Amino acid sequence: MHSFQSMLNYFPEEVLEHVFDFLTSHRDRNAVSLVCKSWYAVERFSREKVFVGNCYAISPERLIARFPRFRSLTLKGKPHFADFNLVPNDWGGYVQPWIESIVRGGVNLEELRLKRMLVSDESLELLATFFPNFKSLVLVSCEGFTTDGLAAIASNCRFLRELDLQENEVEDRRGQWLSCFPDSCTSLVSLNFTCLKGEVNLASLERLVARCRNLRSLRVNNAVPLDALQRILAQAPQLVDLGTGSFVHDPDTESYNKLETSMQKCTSITSLSGFLDVSARCLPAVYPICGQLTSLNLSYAPGIYSDELVKLICYCNRLERLLVLDTIGDKGLGVVASSCKELQELRVFLSDVYGIGNTAVTEEGLVAISAGCPKLNSILYFCQQMTNEALIMVAKNCPNFIRFRLCTLNPTVPDAITMQPLDEGFGAIVKSCKDLKRLSISGLLTDQVFLYIGRYAKQLEMLSIAFAGDSDKGMLCVLNGCKKLKKLEIRDCPFGNVALLADMGKYETMRSLWMSSCEVTFGACKTLARKMPRLNVEIINENDQIEASFDDKQKVEKMYLYRTLVGPRKDAPGFVWTL
Amino acid sequence: MSPPLLDVEGGGRGNAPLMSSSASGDCISQSGSGLKECNFLGLSDCSSVDSSAVSNVCEKNKNNLNFKATELRLGLPGSRSPERDSDFSLLSSGKLDEKQLFPLLPSKDGICSLMQKSIVSGNKRGFSDTMDGFSEIKSSVFTEGKWMFNANGSDSGTPQSVVEAKLAGNAGINVILANNSSGAQPSMKKEVPTRAPKEGQNKMNGSNNNSSAPAAKAQVVGWPPIRSFRKNTLATTSKNNEEVDGKPGPGALFIKVSMDGAPYLRKVDLRMYSTYQELSSALEKMFMCFTIRKCGSQETPDREMLGENKFKDLLHGSDYVLTFEDKDGDWMLVGDVPWGMFIESCKRLKIMKGSDAIGLAPRTMEKSKNQN
Repeated sequence: MHSFQSMLNYFPEEVLEHVFDFLTSHRDRNAVSLVCKSWYAVERFSREKVFVGNCYAISPERLIARFPRFRSLTLKGKPHFADFNLVPNDWGGYVQPWIESIVRGGVNLEELRLKRMLVSDESLELLATFFPNFKSLVLVSCEGFTTDGLAAIASNCRFLRELDLQENEVEDRRGQWLSCFPDSCTSLVSLNFTCLKGEVNLASLERLVARCRNLRSLRVNNAVPLDALQRILAQAPQLVDLGTGSFVHDPDTESYNKLETSMQKCTSITSLSGFLDVSARCLPAVYPICGQLTSLNLSYAPGIYSDELVKLICYCNRLERLLVLDTIGDKGLGVVASSCKELQELRVFLSDVYGIGNTAVTEEGLVAISAGCPKLNSILYFCQQMTNEALIMVAKNCPNFIRFRLCTLNPTVPDAITMQPLDEGFGAIVKSCKDLKRLSISGLLTDQVFLYIGRYAKQLEMLSIAFAGDSDKGMLCVLNGCKKLKKLEIRDCPFGNVALLADMGKYETMRSLWMSSCEVTFGACKTLARKMPRLNVEIINENDQIEASFDDKQKVEKMYLYRTLVGPRKDAPGFVWTL
Repeated sequence: MSPPLLDVEGGGRGNAPLMSSSASGDCISQSGSGLKECNFLGLSDCSSVDSSAVSNVCEKNKNNLNFKATELRLGLPGSRSPERDSDFSLLSSGKLDEKQLFPLLPSKDGICSLMQKSIVSGNKRGFSDTMDGFSEIKSSVFTEGKWMFNANGSDSGTPQSVVEAKLAGNAGINVILANNSSGAQPSMKKEVPTRAPKEGQNKMNGSNNNSSAPAAKAQVVGWPPIRSFRKNTLATTSKNNEEVDGKPGPGALFIKVSMDGAPYLRKVDLRMYSTYQELSSALEKMFMCFTIRKCGSQETPDREMLGENKFKDLLHGSDYVLTFEDKDGDWMLVGDVPWGMFIESCKRLKIMKGSDAIGLAPRTMEKSKNQN
């Protein structure tokens, strides 16, 4: 052993670096940098991709200091519950200071991936101006920018490979941003502008597609009509991922026939999405490629009924990923179960987004899928009702779940048959699925379910809880038992100060904790903030109450705490108070 | 699986018929917004509810409910007598469940902007203190009860609390009304008037549904948890799809509705609704007066003796079935196909007597047998 140690010391750094090149996961690299000082040094100079799960956990300056040669940055901003309107828009998560610092730091940024951040046109212009090698921009659930910013990117990033806009709120200035791609731009590999509302110049789009021979992924928006799609497909039969625009046309026309022909030639398409505007009569054009699809997203097409969905899906025998609306119904899910034996991920969304009506999807659909698709490892399921029996069966059929997210329309609905809480059902899931990393529970739930989660969900990293539990014991079970917990988000549960303060050190091992409408008081939050200087404990209070009037016994509406190396943030708006 | 329209339908298997509209105790109108008094000629009163009317009604009915609650509800969780279900359970569909439930959940801080925080927190503690006394009752029942009753006074008498908590599982709004503690009343009233009209808009005036839908229906912030982007996109998409698919024009779609024994027909605009639930509520409203008169004129002693069950929803429960005539001239049971498909093919509606509809709806008959 002695000699082995000394052998390691004689490895030249270049060799170490070469070895580290094979480590792509940031977790592996983080682990490696903890081994010893020399490994830390080699690793930090060789890290190209940096992942920052919470943009307020670290400052851009410190990041650049540690990883001076990074080229790709992933940043996440707002907490997850911001997706559901629980966080005010201007809470924070601005990317501007990051980009400014990166510019100043002389970093050769090539790739930027942002999630739930506020992005301004100015930020995009900075990117376009100061990073000549910029290659890839991926924005997910961001807002604050307009198509003018996109125009800047299109005009200036000569080597742009990827422009991927997913579910962002973008103000459309109708300024022909797409036409800003110069004729010399031929490097695009991936272009996704589905979330944009306005029109693009179709001729420009077609020319762009024609000259980008490496284009693999193209997702257009609603404003691109079916005949334009046909012309595009004719130019780009090499596409691997297609997002349709408006999929509505009279099937008896030449345009439509041409589309069928073009579609048939696209033998590489394995991922299909779009259909924001679709007429069921046009769906048969897609049948020829169904057999090659591994990913299908029909979750924005409420007008397609179960029968038509099923007709399409029954041809998709290679499907690994399916996103649909609950219009598919239990029967439709039964067809999925018998047709899609390779299915790994399923998401069933609500078609009635206000959650008022009934859904056609119940526990039966879920059980059918679990029975028919043994490779299932990720599910998001909105449903009317659930039973323990069904969940137990699902747990038995599919022990491989990594992500299990269930949402009942009524958040406290009991077992539909026995009227008992759903504790046993979820208990079975966590007991059976030893690799479970993400869990969202729903329905009538007592402290018992948390006992199970704490005892069995040893790999759990993210847990979402709403309207569940009886007492602090529930939360304590989770905090004590789930050693790998990174993100915990809780709303409307009777968890209070005892649970919050029991193990304060735990929060430094986690990325963040969200608690809203619980029993936590202002005084307890203050205590926590005082004792743990490396946590930011933020209170979000939208009712314009003056801070002075906060009394220690008062319950806190929304609390968001996260570990950080840089202390309270300076850009917090008035209604956010960092204790 | 689309829920059968007028059947006793399962949000859960054990759930009772959708609507009951008993005169005395039941504060829930059949359109499901919890706090209107329904009486004989009831619906027209309900439809013009205003805050003061609602709160008065609730107070009255609260007393009635209390009494009934004490009478019927003592017992262990799980034992539910049919009358209770029919009276108090609104919830054969998750839809109503949710509507009733969520206004109560505002007793949790942060959800309901109407509730004073101080009231809620004080009462919450009081209630949980009370709850500790009931060891024989399963905690699971009270989980929901606790949430439901955050506005309960701290002095709730023992049977009351037990009963009320048990109720929580089934009938959201009713539960709040069954509270007899004086301390909580002000908060009740406070929340009731502001909520009921909102829901009232939705539930009672079927025709206004679509226009007022987003504002009034979302009672709990952030539930169900759907990204706003998706919400916005789907909302516009459904509108577009309807126009695009060549359906009979974007305008109104009036069809005749007849009912066995009613002296005249009505017309409804199918475009005013987007789910079977809404259509059903609207039809009930329209035709209720006919069924009541019918009751009154004929001698139906068994019905009269039911008392508050007299107005157990006839359309939903035992006697009537909604059918439609499609493009081919066939009479079909409403509820089998997706709503959009239904609109396209429906030419007429008919509310048939259950006994006439044996061929069409065997399930209805079975279920009504089970109930009675």
